[in-house]
Amino acid sequence: MKKQNQRAWLFVLPVLLLVAFNALIPMMTVVNYSVQETFGDNLFFWEGLGWFEQILRSERFHAALGRQLFFTVMILIIEVPLGVAIALAMPRQGFWVPFCLITMALPMLIPWNVVGAMWNIFTLPDIGLLGYFMNHTLGISYDMTQDPVAAWVTIIVMDVWHWTSLVVLLAYAGLVSIPNAYYQAAEIDGASNWAVFRFIQLPKMKTVLTIAVLLRFMDSFNIYTEPFVLTGGGPGNSTTLLSIDLVKIALGQFDLGPAAAMSLIYFAITLLASWLFYTLMTMNDNKA
Amino acid sequence: MRVKSLVPALYILFLMLPIYWLVAMSFKTTNEILAGFTLFPQTWTLANYIEIFTDPTWYWGYINSIFYVTLNTVISVLVALPAAYAFSRYSFIGDKHLFFWLLTNRMAPAAVFALPFFQLYSAVGLFDTHLAVALAHCLFNVPLAVWILEGFMSGVPKELDETAYVDGYSFPRFFTTIFLPAIKSGVGVAAFFCFMFSWVELLLAKTLTAVAAKPIAAVMTRTASSAGYELGLLAAAGTLTIIPGAIVIYFVRNYIAKGFALGRV
Amino acid sequence: MAQIKLSNLRHSYRPDPRGDDDYALKKIDLTWEDGGAYALLGPSGCGKSTLLNIISGLLVPSEGRILFDDQDVTALPPARRNIAQVFQFPVIYDTMTVYDNLAFPLRNRGRDEDIVRQRVMAIAEMLEVSDMLNTRAANLSPDNKQKISMGRGLVREDVNVVMFDEPLTVIDPHLKWKLRSKLKELHQRVKATMIYVTHDQTEALTFADQVVVMQDGEVVQIGTPVDLFERPAHTFVGHFIGSPGMNVLPCDVRGGVAFFGDKELDLEGPLAKAGEGRAEVGIRPEFVSISGNGPGVPATVRKVSDVGRHKVVEAIAFDQRVHAILEGEAPNAGDAVTLEFKRSQTRLYMDGWLASTPGGGA
Repeated sequence: MKKQNQRAWLFVLPVLLLVAFNALIPMMTVVNYSVQETFGDNLFFWEGLGWFEQILRSERFHAALGRQLFFTVMILIIEVPLGVAIALAMPRQGFWVPFCLITMALPMLIPWNVVGAMWNIFTLPDIGLLGYFMNHTLGISYDMTQDPVAAWVTIIVMDVWHWTSLVVLLAYAGLVSIPNAYYQAAEIDGASNWAVFRFIQLPKMKTVLTIAVLLRFMDSFNIYTEPFVLTGGGPGNSTTLLSIDLVKIALGQFDLGPAAAMSLIYFAITLLASWLFYTLMTMNDNKA
Repeated sequence: MRVKSLVPALYILFLMLPIYWLVAMSFKTTNEILAGFTLFPQTWTLANYIEIFTDPTWYWGYINSIFYVTLNTVISVLVALPAAYAFSRYSFIGDKHLFFWLLTNRMAPAAVFALPFFQLYSAVGLFDTHLAVALAHCLFNVPLAVWILEGFMSGVPKELDETAYVDGYSFPRFFTTIFLPAIKSGVGVAAFFCFMFSWVELLLAKTLTAVAAKPIAAVMTRTASSAGYELGLLAAAGTLTIIPGAIVIYFVRNYIAKGFALGRV
Repeated sequence: MAQIKLSNLRHSYRPDPRGDDDYALKKIDLTWEDGGAYALLGPSGCGKSTLLNIISGLLVPSEGRILFDDQDVTALPPARRNIAQVFQFPVIYDTMTVYDNLAFPLRNRGRDEDIVRQRVMAIAEMLEVSDMLNTRAANLSPDNKQKISMGRGLVREDVNVVMFDEPLTVIDPHLKWKLRSKLKELHQRVKATMIYVTHDQTEALTFADQVVVMQDGEVVQIGTPVDLFERPAHTFVGHFIGSPGMNVLPCDVRGGVAFFGDKELDLEGPLAKAGEGRAEVGIRPEFVSISGNGPGVPATVRKVSDVGRHKVVEAIAFDQRVHAILEGEAPNAGDAVTLEFKRSQTRLYMDGWLASTPGGGA
């Protein structure tokens, strides 16, 4: 099918060099730091797996990891079904389609710090639109800077606001690719709406949904900017997710060893989980 | 039927609310903002926008951002094109592993690379340059571009290539005059995503710049912390960052649903 | 099983049609008898898919009525008409097994599992898919998938009509004949009214007892395959059927006699009505003979193709292309020959419609 051609490596060379420069060299640095100890002045001492042990045992890491997992799970549970439901409810053709697609895509093109700032302004307790509405119209006490629950709800709702459209657009693309004949056959077969969803729409959306889940998992697990700008990781460290904690240690405290070890562990978890997700979701395809 | 169209309508309303608030706030004076809650600006002012358009620190932030984003998009797509072609048409030793390794870079937490990039780009003397940010963003944009382009290229039958060779086209001529037009929507989609992910990214852009190439995102965050919350100004700056995104979406609106399927559905 | 009657049917996809051109179906008055095997034959865009969707209920016609056994079903949705439709590509439920696929229409209507089992096994046996009942439908080859599509249509006992919309489109050529024979066999066993839509004349002529030929939204001729071949009512039918199709040659009619170029042609018989309008002579290549030099139409041979069973000669006479089918010896390209048209097969067409009647003569 494909021609065997080792000279194809020439085509791939620019990409290889560019990504290697950006990935391999920094990773080597990180690996380097992760197994060494320094007291400044470029003096390094072999530390072995000490940093890894320290991180893996540290309460702080466990806490951050726990928060991160909770965040990611909530995101997936909310955004995927919600995205699919919206895609199902969207018109398939007509004037409103481009309008819907454009407005839904807009949140994804806003710089992430602006997203954080926007929600900050939006939720200020007395002068923000949502903040005022919650505190003064509904009478529910709502202050992100004081109450961890409020902070958590806000960062989750913010992410739902920010990224559900990705799921919607992917699911929608899958839906419109289903030929009309399937719906016609289902009508002739007397199938109910639920049967149409279960036996026609959902199976045909499988590929796009796999992409959507993978992307949302990865990006929510690695998230940094939006929650950081919104809450700074607070109040206290109640919304300090994994990336936020890592940056604190690396760029804030310049603790090279622990930061490097944590980076490797973090990256490894992302890769492993992504691989697991991917295998699980495409497992059925290989069942003959 | 009616109930069904309520769902996307409500969702879009939900999406527009915070944006409306941002825009509304950008036209208010700081006094009005801090004095209390007003749904609609009572005293319209363009002062915030005027400040942004007249203060070099502000407008250079935008120019810097647009510059490195464009630079990154061009670089990413240019290097991705031959690589995607190779993955699509040829098999070679390690091709599957290479492809997979490329994709793993998209999965990397940016936080992991913050410090190493800072050191690396300082070491090669590129700190605080547009090129640094453009190159750094290639880490995740190039794999994405390769993935998207490969998908579109695989949709073009190999017979097209073979016919061109039989007709006597040299490879460069074939690629530019025949192949590229055939995948032009793929190039558009790849460029769109590169633009998008580079434009929105903050952490690396902020880490690798200081003054000369400072992106608008960094200018905004500095304002937020140091100047003690000039909310109206911040809102105006934020509103202006939405505009390039809106323009780009408008231009690719016909490809949006198709593009999000990455050519692979 | 039902008789299907189409009465004054017209359809336009536009909300307010004005001229004839705005109508996809111009005027259809047709009756399909109960249990017959019909083909709807015509080129792409002739309206056959529109007609099919109107019969199945997926489309409501802008004007006219459809009756199943004299009952007006025009406004009835597909699920209530007891029809079955097989589409151009296999439409099956990938995630279900073959058994569940076949059982689906019955289960949706709340049938008992015993009846379901009985019907599914019967249909599976007819289609020769009994050994795949537990396989996931997604893993079958296209021709088996298409069989399952057909099976889902036949599994209900009360099916009025089964419609096939170009069902062999995605099937490999060497498997097409197998499925075609299977369809014919199915018709004989199930005895349901079957309508087979296609643009392929072989499929139509081998499957159907009666063929409805359509062009541009109109029914041009209805008849048995033999009728269509021997007495095409319209030059379109003559040209469309047969390979190569009928020769349609412009001619002049003077005093009831047809002249092709300056040669007088003997027609099969007298004209049905006095002719005014565009006159053409229709003669099938099978009935054109070639001799070295005789009393016939002078022509020059342009091309000779050997298709195995016979040879097809393309000649130019009076600037018109004429095809002839020969069994034995054939002339060479460039030869000057004369063509003779078998009288009883030489027909006259006015404005495209058959105008001559069979009369005396050989």
